[in-house]
Amino acid sequence: MAYELNGETYAADEEGYLTDLSKWNPELAALIAVDEKIDMTDEHWEVVNFLREYYDEYQIAPAIRVLVKAMKKKFGAEKASNKYLYELFPYGPAKQACKIAGLPKPTGCV
Amino acid sequence: MAKVDILDRAAGEELPDPMEMPALCPGAMAQSNPYLAQPAHNEALGFPGELIEDWHDVAIAKMGELLGKYRSLKVYLDSCVKCGACTDKCQYFLGTGDPKNMPVARQDLLRKVYRRHFTLAGKFFPKLVGAEDLTKEVLDDWYSYFHQCSQCRRCSVYCPYGIDTAEISMAAREIMDSIGIGQKYCNEIIGKVHKIGNNLGLPKPALASTLEDLEEEVYDDTGVKVRFPLDEPGAEILLVTPSADFFAEPHIDGLIGYAKVMHEAGVKWTLSSYASEAANFGMFIGSYEQMRQVAQRIRKAALDLGVKRIVVGECGHAWRVAYSFWNTLAGPWDFLDPNYPVPQHICEFTYDLIQKGKLNFDKSQNDHMTLTFHDSCNVARASRMGDMPGGQFEIPRAVIKAVCNNYVDMAEDTIREATFCCGGGGGLLSDEIIDIRKKGAQPRMRALRQVVEEHGVTHMAAICAICKAQFTKVLPEFDFARDTIVSVHQLVSNAIILTPGPDDDEDEDDDAPDGAPETEDDED
Repeated sequence: MAYELNGETYAADEEGYLTDLSKWNPELAALIAVDEKIDMTDEHWEVVNFLREYYDEYQIAPAIRVLVKAMKKKFGAEKASNKYLYELFPYGPAKQACKIAGLPKPTGCV
Repeated sequence: MAKVDILDRAAGEELPDPMEMPALCPGAMAQSNPYLAQPAHNEALGFPGELIEDWHDVAIAKMGELLGKYRSLKVYLDSCVKCGACTDKCQYFLGTGDPKNMPVARQDLLRKVYRRHFTLAGKFFPKLVGAEDLTKEVLDDWYSYFHQCSQCRRCSVYCPYGIDTAEISMAAREIMDSIGIGQKYCNEIIGKVHKIGNNLGLPKPALASTLEDLEEEVYDDTGVKVRFPLDEPGAEILLVTPSADFFAEPHIDGLIGYAKVMHEAGVKWTLSSYASEAANFGMFIGSYEQMRQVAQRIRKAALDLGVKRIVVGECGHAWRVAYSFWNTLAGPWDFLDPNYPVPQHICEFTYDLIQKGKLNFDKSQNDHMTLTFHDSCNVARASRMGDMPGGQFEIPRAVIKAVCNNYVDMAEDTIREATFCCGGGGGLLSDEIIDIRKKGAQPRMRALRQVVEEHGVTHMAAICAICKAQFTKVLPEFDFARDTIVSVHQLVSNAIILTPGPDDDEDEDDDAPDGAPETEDDED
């Protein structure tokens, strides 16, 4: 599949994950989020931006545990739980937030 | 839908029976197809990138090759007498009512082509013996229905001839790979193991950073420095565990449990970034060569690190591969200490320490839960633990009971060797086939519902990364909380009383020379 934005086409795999990570931009993220039925709020962006920072350093999305801990340090305890992340990204923070952040889907027994 | 049979139940109405025979719905699941592997995924494993032109002849030749190689396959294809004992034993049949999900019908998809090409009667009188040509439609059926089998082997328990549908599914998948019809989920993941070392694609720096984080977390929680060593040569034990244990919930709580047990055992142990995966999806696609390559990574890591023992973490099919196949795939293991099981399951490891009185528990830490145990199919029906028959059933239960006060088993015909697959095993744990995953989970969810309502069970423990991920996803569909599923070593982690170490008071961030031995264990 592919996303269309401002006359440009962005290639994605069958599930909607971008095939070229470098093409990601916030506007495109908002468009992917619409497909995911997610209304992007500041709280969503906090997670998406953290995922992108982590990915830049480690070439993979963080473990949920690591994400929760980082959120706690950055944004406080009320934003640091599995439950909070699932409220933001009901299909699972790892997969859904990664898709919006333009990162590859975590694979394996997850 | 499964959800309906729970929500729509009138008060006082009986709970649905996990084994209830569904109404037949022919073709109901014919459109269930996992994503095809892309050419790059297939080629990385040495398979043709996409469906080849002479696919028919190559497929038949491959079938001939497998029949020559695996005597069992020929016996299974020849010996079915259509007695029907298997028909209602598959969770995918029970959940979908699609007759092609009856194990005998699934086998027949391959059997009819086998008869056409490899039996005299089928060559000359195909219609009389149910022999059929391998057409594109048959191939499509293969792809769909051999990916609605989780190779859990439940049906084989009830077959009077012991026909193993798992092996037939594996053969079908191997034939399909040989003509360029690969499944994306499995083949992409195997490629990642070859390239990066694990299913997740977790590179060493990310793994190291995650483990550091966990050390910090356990220290913050308990005041005891529990190590999560990585690539430490000279360790006695190499722990090989599914990479999901480094990533997902509740898997990671299990990993914390392993580390705490190792800490209390006082042994030097290590994880390996090269062999950072216990899972071996080569088995799911029926490829001996892929299985061998994946297993060889563990051998190499063990030799390079100079370990004397290998312990395998909570992963169902990994334990089948390790217990049943490692010796041929990657042996001989003569460099390991023969005084311990080669390999050893983490549950055996913990159980052994419990037997020796080396672990101390505060069981009340798990008092907020009433546990039940989901036997994972590959552990239950394709391996063993300990030195007694049925050890694979009793040892995990013994570990749970040693750390929890409240435990109840689910119905007898749904546990131990009769256990259901979680619904996501055998390479089916892929999002696009969530429908078959939900339907396949229905019998287990019904069995769970019974003990929840009748015995107040609050949590279900498992020792398989796939089971844990699958249940996390499907439990909410059946009105259970996502975190109803827990790792067995998560329970161990909750209850274990840690022995303080001499350096517990040292601040890791500055190298203060003053390491007061006095420690404070603030675990509540």
